[in-house]
Amino acid sequence: MQTTLVDLLTSAGLPDPLAHVIRALVPCVLIIHLVAVGALVFIWLERKVSGRIQDRLGPTRVGGRFGWLQTLADGIKLIAKEDITPGEADAMLFRIAPYVSFAASFAAWLAMPFAVGWSGLDMNVAVFFVLAVLGLEVFGVILAGYASGSKWSLFGAMREAAQVVSYEVPLGLCVVIPVFICGTMNLTTIGEMQRGFATNWLIFHDPFTFCVFWVYITCGVASVNRAPFDLAEAESELVAGFHTEYSGLRWSFFFMAEYGSMLLVSALAVILFLGAWHGPIPIFSIGLGWTDAGGILGYLASLAGCANLILKSSLGVIVMIWVRWTLPRLRIDQVMTTCLKYCVPLASFCFLGALAWQAWIPNVTPASLPAPFGIDRAAIRESWVTRAGGPHATVSDAQLTPQTASPVPTTLATQSVPDRNIPVAGSTAPIGREETP
Amino acid sequence: MTLAVDAIAWHQFFFVMFALLTCGFAVGVLFSGNIVRMAFYLVLSLASSAGLFFLAGAEFVGAMQLMIYVGGTLVLLIFGVMLTAQDRFISLKTPAGEWVLSLIIGGTLLALLLAAAFRYEGWQQAELGDTTPTSSQADTTARLGLSLVGVRPDKLDDSPRKAGMSGYLFPFIIVSVHLLVVLVGAAYMARAKKRTTTTAR
Amino acid sequence: MALLGTVTVSHYLAVGAVLFVTGALCMATKRNALGVLMGIELVLNGANLNFVAFGSELLRKDNLGLDGSLMALFVIVLAAGEAAVALAIALNFYNNHMSIDIDQADDLKG
Repeated sequence: MQTTLVDLLTSAGLPDPLAHVIRALVPCVLIIHLVAVGALVFIWLERKVSGRIQDRLGPTRVGGRFGWLQTLADGIKLIAKEDITPGEADAMLFRIAPYVSFAASFAAWLAMPFAVGWSGLDMNVAVFFVLAVLGLEVFGVILAGYASGSKWSLFGAMREAAQVVSYEVPLGLCVVIPVFICGTMNLTTIGEMQRGFATNWLIFHDPFTFCVFWVYITCGVASVNRAPFDLAEAESELVAGFHTEYSGLRWSFFFMAEYGSMLLVSALAVILFLGAWHGPIPIFSIGLGWTDAGGILGYLASLAGCANLILKSSLGVIVMIWVRWTLPRLRIDQVMTTCLKYCVPLASFCFLGALAWQAWIPNVTPASLPAPFGIDRAAIRESWVTRAGGPHATVSDAQLTPQTASPVPTTLATQSVPDRNIPVAGSTAPIGREETP
Repeated sequence: MTLAVDAIAWHQFFFVMFALLTCGFAVGVLFSGNIVRMAFYLVLSLASSAGLFFLAGAEFVGAMQLMIYVGGTLVLLIFGVMLTAQDRFISLKTPAGEWVLSLIIGGTLLALLLAAAFRYEGWQQAELGDTTPTSSQADTTARLGLSLVGVRPDKLDDSPRKAGMSGYLFPFIIVSVHLLVVLVGAAYMARAKKRTTTTAR
Repeated sequence: MALLGTVTVSHYLAVGAVLFVTGALCMATKRNALGVLMGIELVLNGANLNFVAFGSELLRKDNLGLDGSLMALFVIVLAAGEAAVALAIALNFYNNHMSIDIDQADDLKG
């Protein structure tokens, strides 16, 4: 059994509950930093990118040549600003709303894996959980819109409610496709199934997944209210939409939530379609063999994978920024038309197409790698029914990585053996690198 | 295994936390006069009961609760609240007499239900006391999915004639058709009517 | 914590009971039609909690198994449908009577 952070802390003399609390705080603090620092970086990036697109320079002064401290300066300014609550407002809801938005955007990150075993909470229904919690962000916006007591805010909130409820449908349909190709809702397993060269990424699985990736991007942009779907804050019509009445730190919480969920949608796209933490050329996993090595090498490989994931997600965010400064805003009826007349039918068609591809041409496209490298599809299917020990089995702290995600290096069985009887759940492959010091 | 014992303490801790949040916000829904605040408390109450679902090992149901109930139904509800949110309807007062009567009846009902909940011995035995209820690693999602298409992976060792049967395929189809009907019906009812037509009955 | 002992099905039932009763009281006391709808949601959620608790493999050996979760799923899905229809009715009522107070919903063929 691998040593975990909890073991390490208890052996250092800390009481056990405190060790567990610290163990829980580590991912939380890391994720908060990802969201907050990510927001700082992306706001700066947005200003630079939009500057380039509009043929100007963007921020240049603060922090040297590229103005890279500009957002920090803005942040300090925002902290210093007065926190105003309008007289018409419903004070309690008005105060709470930004935190609701931010909490939803942050909580969805808890189920996101950054590498094998590197997630706040490794869930079996991670995909579903992320989507569900991301959908809760809308409550912050609606509450803000209502509680502000301003008609501009209310208009923005109504639009947001209509838009988010509609776009959850195609978004869900898009996400279901990688889920049924991989046979699991566990994001870690979905990521691990794309190990290998870039041809193994799910976007290249078949033509339908390639199409549905773009549908997903469209719906993802819409569900986080970015232009051209940013009707909730439409500056040219609604002053600033739902955050018209906000100022200072509360206003910046909305911004952090927005950039946090942009990165989240983008990271989800990367995990579902773009190979998760695997690069296009498998240097670490197949070339060097570090990924399965365990110990410090495995740790390094995971770190590289984590960097890879964040890099790819940031590229996705840059694409969103690019789209924002390129396309004009849609009208509300066009937004609904895009959703109901284009995205939903397209996603449904791709869903059926991918299903048919899976059924009739399963092995034409690059499938999962052979046993020592990837995950056996048959193993996942088996894990649906057979499980060693059943649900009553004690799950120890070190086993919190998904059982199905473990490569099975000792088995010689290939996926073509139909009655393989090895319980996947009981495999003792070197997994559980979670927080290995 | 000190680890397991402590993990159970955590289970209790989180149970108490989520239970208090759920009940507290439910009471908030009851006693709040403002309809928008009621909706907000309802969101929090349902979200924390999703936490209870996670604790009970029903991850899929919990996520479903968050997605459909909280993210879908309640957004719809709040949408309705905002469409009808005129000042005079935001806080409609209930007569004190109704409050007294309903509190008496409700208190009785609650006492009855609580007594029933703690009466049966079998519900109070923690037979699995030595295991660690973590977020369960059992892949309940796939098992639920298989049940919905008619195969019961947890009943494979029934009598040979019934092995793996008794799934939920038929109810699933009925619910699907039902939802379709609801969708059409709701769209029909909520559409903008021309109020001048007299011929239509 | 020590007072609670181990969390059992009964404790889940108690929470479910509180949800049920508050929901029922909501339905009884609220005059806003949407408030009544919220009461219904609470009631259904209390029932759901019971189903999940009875089906939970972590709480009891002789549990309902998958049936508990499945019933909860069906309840959630049908509650969504019910809310959509009820909301449509409420909006229709509001359009016709310019009011959302259900005490005024006392004429047929309105």
